[in-house]
Amino acid sequence: MKIVVCIKQVPDTKGGVKFNPDGTLDRGAMLAIMNPDDKAGLEAALRIKDDMGKDNVEVTVLTMGLPKAEEVLREALAMGADKGILVTDRVLGGADTWATSTTIAGALRNIDYDLIITGRQAIDGDTAQVGPQISEHLDLPVISYAKNIKVEGDSVIVERQFDDRYHVLKAKMPCLITALSELNEPRYMTPGGIFDAYEKEITVWGRADLKDVDDSNLGLKGSPTKIAKASDKVKKGAGEVVTPDSPDDAVSYIMGKLKEKHVI
Amino acid sequence: MNLEEYKGVYVFAQQVDNELSSIAFELLGKAKELAAPLNTEVTAVLIGSDVKGLVDQLAEYGADKVIVVDDPELKEYRTEPYAHALASVINEYKPEIVLVGATAIGRDLGPRVSARVATGLTADCTVLEIGDFPLNAIPGQEQKHNQLLMTRPAFGGNTIATIACPDNRPQMATVRPGVMQKINPIAGAKAEVIEYNPGFTPDNKYVEILDIVKELSDTVDIMDAKILVSGGRGVGSAENFKMLQDLADVIGGTVSCSRAVVDNGWLPKELQVGQTGKTVRPNVYFAIGISGAIQHTAGMEESDIIIAINKDDSAPIFDVADYGIVGDLNKIVPKLTEELKKVVK
Repeated sequence: MKIVVCIKQVPDTKGGVKFNPDGTLDRGAMLAIMNPDDKAGLEAALRIKDDMGKDNVEVTVLTMGLPKAEEVLREALAMGADKGILVTDRVLGGADTWATSTTIAGALRNIDYDLIITGRQAIDGDTAQVGPQISEHLDLPVISYAKNIKVEGDSVIVERQFDDRYHVLKAKMPCLITALSELNEPRYMTPGGIFDAYEKEITVWGRADLKDVDDSNLGLKGSPTKIAKASDKVKKGAGEVVTPDSPDDAVSYIMGKLKEKHVI
Repeated sequence: MNLEEYKGVYVFAQQVDNELSSIAFELLGKAKELAAPLNTEVTAVLIGSDVKGLVDQLAEYGADKVIVVDDPELKEYRTEPYAHALASVINEYKPEIVLVGATAIGRDLGPRVSARVATGLTADCTVLEIGDFPLNAIPGQEQKHNQLLMTRPAFGGNTIATIACPDNRPQMATVRPGVMQKINPIAGAKAEVIEYNPGFTPDNKYVEILDIVKELSDTVDIMDAKILVSGGRGVGSAENFKMLQDLADVIGGTVSCSRAVVDNGWLPKELQVGQTGKTVRPNVYFAIGISGAIQHTAGMEESDIIIAINKDDSAPIFDVADYGIVGDLNKIVPKLTEELKKVVK
């Protein structure tokens, strides 16, 4: 069985936010980690490998990003993935979710897979769009928001979370699943794994390696959505802080504010 | 793509178990506002099985037209038949704007449909307006008017971006629940009803539903709560959270917590707000006994109203709170619950 896990290197929210002049994020200037939902997706793939036997399952990790995104591939290899693919090219920069999913689908067309796992969403964009969009480009069934994944014969059985319920869904492979970080607790890299990670080969693909993809759908130019304006969040002005004389005063203060704001 | 062909503001009218979700009415309210400057109509797209009875409700909340896609394959939400239904409606009727709720259903449906009709999609919008793109005229570049300008927080709320989709139609957005205002329903309003069925032929993309497990309301997602009563280390013990639960019960809220509470084993992780927990944006956020480390505030500072109670007047939570009260939560919280009981039925 062949599993491809799509992962993304994301700026750590602790590192602060920096922009390019065109309003897109300046990813090069920020600290970077493996996106948490993607890491849960990788862990899910590695558990399938553990269950089915390591010779029966091959886990490939694929990322699109700057050359330094190789770091998250190495981390994934150290966790136990078998192969890494880095899709990187200047012409792919500034992509929105449409152009990103088009690019990743173009890369995936070169690979054999039974199952594709992506994270639900990345902590930088929070869109949750790229996974379902990849599945559409590849004409695959999609199950998003997976909180449990089991392989049964030629199908996957997945618990799919909704607001007030979950569905137990069965899809024939090949298919695509988007994983929630609640799915599991990802394993740590092992010293042996880290050593092996640098022995394993990472394939680097550029624009020319993408299959059945039109230039007009790539990068900033190929993105239907355009940024009109981007800014640091405007910090709220400091609110008021009171030190009431008694709990009763505190309560009447709060009650007053709740009424003023029509909460009650 | 001839952009001029695309007319009208469309709303995906989400229903679950043949009951319209609140987001459907919220989107209609916003759609009506957007339709005015565009001189166009508001159309609800109602997808399901045996759902025609819901049409009048959509009319009362502002739909001029309702397109009903009714088919047994649409009984339960599944990505493929719903995506086929909505994408077919878009291809057939060519709307200029399509709004979808940023719910667990809408965030699955939206991307699949936008990819199918080859247009952009902006996720989790909190502000939608009609305006120019680029915002200010740039010499040598055409400034397009009457564009949908979609504003959304990104990066865990650290940034705000306004996005347009100037060259593709429809302009699609998912919209965060609880942000847009419903109109006061117009009793007796009627909409023009159009029945449309593009045909549903199950293929490999139709996943099979083996089971549906409805969860009890006590597992309500804190991300959907309008009011959160959130406690931190200062609450002191698992037992003391009963006090917060009582307050939440009387005001129709949900209890959440900071990381310290989860680390102490007082509450489960799914109730944790913050960088390693969930990002929440309720109407009211009570921060009770929470010091307010940056990792916590990153997950809640977008809340409309933040009320903090803490005995330490230098707690950083007071920097993000709209209303800060320095005092003993053990005395204030039970009294507040009692007072609220008098005014809330």
